[in-house]
Amino acid sequence: MAPEDVARNDVRLLGAPAPSRPVSGTRHQSQWALHVTLCIAAFLIMAPLLFALIKSTQVSSDVLSARLVPGGAFFANLSSVWNEAHLGRYMLNSFFVTILVTVGKTVLSLFSALAFVYFRFPLRGLAFVLVLLSLMLPTEVLIIALFDLVSRDLNWADSYAAITVPFLASATGTFLFRQHFLSIPASLADAARIDGCGPLRFLTSILIPMSWNTIGALAVIQFVFVWDQYLWPLVIMQNDQKQVVQVGLRKLIDVGGQTNWGAVMAGALLTIVPPLLVFTLLQRQFTKGFALTQDK
Amino acid sequence: MIRPRAARATPDDRATFKSRSLPWLFLAPTMLILAVFSYLPAVQTLRLAAFRANIILGTEQFTGLGNFADLLSSPAYRQVALQTLIFAVLTVSIGLTLALILAWMASRVRRGQRYYHLLLIYPYALSPAIAGTLWLFLFNPEIGVVNQLLRSSFGIAPRWLDNPLLAFGLVTVAAIWKGLGYNIVFYLAALQNVPGDVLEAAEIDGASGAQKFWKVVFPLLTPMTFFLVFTSVVSALFDSFALTDVLTRGGPFYNHAGITTFLTYQLYQDGFVNFKTGAAAAQAALLLLLIAAITFLQFRVGEKQVHYGA
Repeated sequence: MAPEDVARNDVRLLGAPAPSRPVSGTRHQSQWALHVTLCIAAFLIMAPLLFALIKSTQVSSDVLSARLVPGGAFFANLSSVWNEAHLGRYMLNSFFVTILVTVGKTVLSLFSALAFVYFRFPLRGLAFVLVLLSLMLPTEVLIIALFDLVSRDLNWADSYAAITVPFLASATGTFLFRQHFLSIPASLADAARIDGCGPLRFLTSILIPMSWNTIGALAVIQFVFVWDQYLWPLVIMQNDQKQVVQVGLRKLIDVGGQTNWGAVMAGALLTIVPPLLVFTLLQRQFTKGFALTQDK
Repeated sequence: MIRPRAARATPDDRATFKSRSLPWLFLAPTMLILAVFSYLPAVQTLRLAAFRANIILGTEQFTGLGNFADLLSSPAYRQVALQTLIFAVLTVSIGLTLALILAWMASRVRRGQRYYHLLLIYPYALSPAIAGTLWLFLFNPEIGVVNQLLRSSFGIAPRWLDNPLLAFGLVTVAAIWKGLGYNIVFYLAALQNVPGDVLEAAEIDGASGAQKFWKVVFPLLTPMTFFLVFTSVVSALFDSFALTDVLTRGGPFYNHAGITTFLTYQLYQDGFVNFKTGAAAAQAALLLLLIAAITFLQFRVGEKQVHYGA
């Protein structure tokens, strides 16, 4: 907000009939009201997951009843979904794909941001616009042509390449790193160059150590994005051995009316753990890295 | 993640290193992948949209704008478009309002802020497919917990997934729930950037909680609201695929089409189930147009209406 807007608002506030000044009593009350409302909201938001958690611990006869008391069958449920339904295999595939793509996106967008910020070259503006415009071309929309390209022209169907390579570039990453690099004083780069530091060394020994917050923030966004992918693996991956966990889990529900819901819930909970872990571990970097690009 | 102000306001000329080939070498992997896996399929989509093709038979026949004419005159497609619009408006408006209220409340609590933050934003870690799985079990008419409880306390057992209105409502609520974590994360980040002295000044002037919110905080949050409206519309258009595919499979049927069949689901159905490649490509082209229009709007409105931070 521009300073004059703040001033105008202040004037408006002063002009309003003076509300009674909050005294500590009402303060206390409003804090209590906040706590109560937030607890109810948090409970409602948690409810579906709590149900899943309880049901995943029950034996199959209890799972289908209204009983909401946790049982002791969590590991039995988990092992049934892990072994019989190949959840372990799916999880491993998802891990492999997600880590590969997250690391790839980070490295490639560090390179492209380096080029955009520290070099001047013809068509730079156009190249940057082309990178950003790719945000308007989501996989879901391109899926028909992308399927033809990957399965027929490249013959990549049923390979890990099909679910990794097309996602290695990142417009979001390029943009975030570019913004971050622009917030680093230009004199630093000049000093590095005068000291005989090449662009690659400048990147690895100066830029990257100064970018951990942005790298962390981007890692969270990309990890969740790749881990959640569903439509593309669903259409391109027909080989069950290489399927990712999001699609794999759906297959468990397909088995007619005989779905083992306790096992499905245990499996569903397990698939939430990796993104939750990444998010919790990188929460500080996430908030900071994001706040930084906001300010600059 | 495009933020118009940030893109413009930065001095982006530093040109530290002198080289003609090096920058292109650094850019090559990104540009190559975008060219092959984004721009080439986009062009190909537009080409396919002009043909009546069949993947299975391998036939192609030029129809020009015929596919588009068929689509726009099809009652089923019009219904799907309208359903998508209603779904998007509901999830975006209700979802963002709830997220803003909760984030504002969580930022005003003095004790245990960290725990509330964690409890409120965890659904971010849930994928749309998993969210669909949980809700499918919860609202299963026979064995779902919700109906078990309703049956024992009120003697009713609604057919959540067979009744068109209930199914539409269920998918909408599930989508709002699923998006809540993401929206709260970003609102909390934005609220942390609201300068404390401005709030303090308002407090000294005797502003009530509601006044502080509407006259100080809300205007300062407009850039974030704006960004979230954009991402939420995009997520209503595309992320809803996994949720509806698991939860309702696009059904139940109502009038001309499945009531929870949204644009992306229809595209998938025509492309990979009915093998109407031309029709699917034409839908993709229309979606591209829609995204372009939304992006254009974002920049135009963004320049005029939005208060950007101090």
